[in-house]
Amino acid sequence: MSILVNENSRVCVQGITGREGLTRTRLMTEYGTSVVAGVTPGKGGQEVLDVPVYDTMFEAMDATKNDGGIDISVLFIPAPLVKSAALEAIEAGVKLLVIVPDRVPIWDVMEIADAAKSHEAAFLGPNTLGAVTVDQAVLGMMGGTAASAKDFFKPGKVGVTSRSGGITSSIAYYLSRAGIGLTTICHVGGDSIIGLPHPEIVKRFEDDPETEVIVLFGEIGTSQEEGVAELMVKKEVTKPIVAYIGGKGAKEGTRFSHAGTIIEGGKGTRDGKIRALKGAGAYIVEDFDDIPKVTSEVLASLESN
Amino acid sequence: MARLFEYQGKEILSRAGFAIPEGKACTTPEEAESVASELGGEVVVKAQAWTTGRKAKGLLKFCKTPEAAKEAASELLGQVVTNFPVEIVLVESKLEIDRELFAAVIIDATAQQPMIVFSSLGGTGVEDIAKSHPEAISRKHIDIKVGLRDFEARELVRVTTLDRKFYNKAAAALVKLYKAARLSEARSIEINPLVITKDGKWVAADCHATVDDYSVFRHPELGIEIARELDHPITMLERIAYNVEKSDYRGTFYFFQMDQDIPENGKNTNGEDVIGFHGAGGGGSMMSMDGVGKHNFALANFCDTSGNPPASKVYRAAKIILAQPNIRGYFASGSGVASQEQFHSARGFVKAFREVGLQVPAVIRLGGNREEIAIEILRTYLADIGVPVEGYGKDDSAVFCADRLRKLVEEGPYNPKGPDPISNPDEPEDPYTFKTLTGSLTIDHAKCSDCESKPCVDSCHPNILEVKDGNVVLNISDEEAAKGRCTECLACEIACWTAANQAIKIDLPIDGLPEYLKEIKDSAPQEVS
Repeated sequence: MSILVNENSRVCVQGITGREGLTRTRLMTEYGTSVVAGVTPGKGGQEVLDVPVYDTMFEAMDATKNDGGIDISVLFIPAPLVKSAALEAIEAGVKLLVIVPDRVPIWDVMEIADAAKSHEAAFLGPNTLGAVTVDQAVLGMMGGTAASAKDFFKPGKVGVTSRSGGITSSIAYYLSRAGIGLTTICHVGGDSIIGLPHPEIVKRFEDDPETEVIVLFGEIGTSQEEGVAELMVKKEVTKPIVAYIGGKGAKEGTRFSHAGTIIEGGKGTRDGKIRALKGAGAYIVEDFDDIPKVTSEVLASLESN
Repeated sequence: MARLFEYQGKEILSRAGFAIPEGKACTTPEEAESVASELGGEVVVKAQAWTTGRKAKGLLKFCKTPEAAKEAASELLGQVVTNFPVEIVLVESKLEIDRELFAAVIIDATAQQPMIVFSSLGGTGVEDIAKSHPEAISRKHIDIKVGLRDFEARELVRVTTLDRKFYNKAAAALVKLYKAARLSEARSIEINPLVITKDGKWVAADCHATVDDYSVFRHPELGIEIARELDHPITMLERIAYNVEKSDYRGTFYFFQMDQDIPENGKNTNGEDVIGFHGAGGGGSMMSMDGVGKHNFALANFCDTSGNPPASKVYRAAKIILAQPNIRGYFASGSGVASQEQFHSARGFVKAFREVGLQVPAVIRLGGNREEIAIEILRTYLADIGVPVEGYGKDDSAVFCADRLRKLVEEGPYNPKGPDPISNPDEPEDPYTFKTLTGSLTIDHAKCSDCESKPCVDSCHPNILEVKDGNVVLNISDEEAAKGRCTECLACEIACWTAANQAIKIDLPIDGLPEYLKEIKDSAPQEVS
């Protein structure tokens, strides 16, 4: 088990013939992901890395329907065109989208969210490196190449959810190096509106029988970490959570890279998030390098119980 | 989200048909005077500043004559409000107010929907009104597919304490407000007070708006030069950096200054050593920034190059960071386990550090995909510059690397060699030139033809160079190279410089930087001889 994706998930790549699309399709297929279709309007009919390319999502869905259709679509599309591609995938019946690009306009994201809601679909991102279910499948570009992804991430019982792409892989690597294996690692995306924020991912980890401990990387801004604390208080999430919140050196009113990382009107501060999570029973790690140590203590305490 | 001034917010409202007071934004007292006399009657002169409660702070002045407006403008212009000097005043006809209300459209990120908020009581202290008179306020999420419809708006105001004789006008105003937000792709628009005048008009007396940075590209009408939120007016160096970011779509480049006034000894008033900071990735940069703080360092700037940036972008970022005078060290660190190939960044650092003539020690943490090659590039090509540059990978934490920089800073002073670029400054005898996406590449065929090994061809990452008649040339068209097929990976230039005849020169201009450096040099205290 795992969340979001496994070795049986059937994946499509929108924008498969572009520079990023091509490079990351190679990563995904070499890692073991079942990439069954690609879509680039005007480039249908060819094959890219043995994956058939179609002109539209509807065509791709139709062509694959006898083999099980398409479960997930990964978008490598320039930001201004993301809305159209995402709505197309949703209307064609895809239930999970991974929206990799950065800088998608926020009103476009709200339209995508609205369409997803009415079609019972979900989306990871925008501005996400994607997710990896270790030793099964990669969605997006986590790990860079299949060889490094295999080398960096080892299988086990810990789920990772992070607001930063680089930090998702770095936490996963440092845990693996310390002998702590992983189920699924997930980058929720750096923007202020994202399809599957921390609370949604944490709920999925709660429902996943293989995940025993959740490691969470939070940042200043948004109310995602507070949302997780609320789930813990309501006992909707009962698995232990190890959390690190970045942004000690950040100042109010200034944005630090990710669109979501801004403290406004005193909301979304690091202290507020730590207080909420701590109050709800999460293990707060002050020093990033201590994440493996604390996680292994938590795992050990689960075993002794 | 770029913040707008009151007058810009009102322009958005006006385009959607919302009534605003008659008036005009002015930049000089004389202009304020002439606008006041055109308007006639009593006017209000309003400082355009990002603050609330302007009336109490003396930033709004009511004036009965044009001369008084001129005087008011000259008092307001140049005042510093929350770090920003007032550069614009809005001169408007004074409204005859019957009552004050409140209306806003904001984006509710958790609900992933826009929301409209209305209050039948508005004006100063609206936050307190919300607490003491909750019955005056109503809110509603808006279905983005259909927008706010008039009957929904009527129902919204009906449940407040608003007099029913106003329902229709209130609903019409709210529909226009939502339209204004939708058309401009605002993050938020707040009208407080929304005024009903004595002659029954609904007018936006004030307006606070922020717009979405990511959609500014399709809203030239907003006239936003720099879509970025900062707690200070944009500096010359930030403007230079922003232009680099804007003109190169490959990867992210984000830069702002945190200390613009570093003393000559490089220590701030807390006694911390101020260093140049170069992060990679939003979270990695933030984590690294937190790590550096443990070692009695303060940051001159924040910077993030990530999302698979080309070497040329890292090069420009490094040069901009090094343009800050008096920094004591250079610290680069990302998440530690990057997905992107790290050798591109390494080459960017090599070119920048050699060109600038690095004066301070540097620690570069380049963990991730192909980090061994990246660290080797730093070690090989920066060994002789007279200051230490240490490269680290994923198994060395940010805190450890910051500790290394602490030791290197303390072990100084060093004897920096000064500028020693990787390309030959001589004018080429027989130049072969093509444009790249953001610069140009020149090969001096006079030197190139003597070279036996042609290491540039093998090193070229996108494989676009070949040997023809004994010289290296493109194997694609000039247009293709200029469109981005040449990825500006800088590998050929470094290969030619170290293992061949130093015939290649890559020019990657940074608009405004030479002028900036000259200005800094001219304004620096002169040594007494």
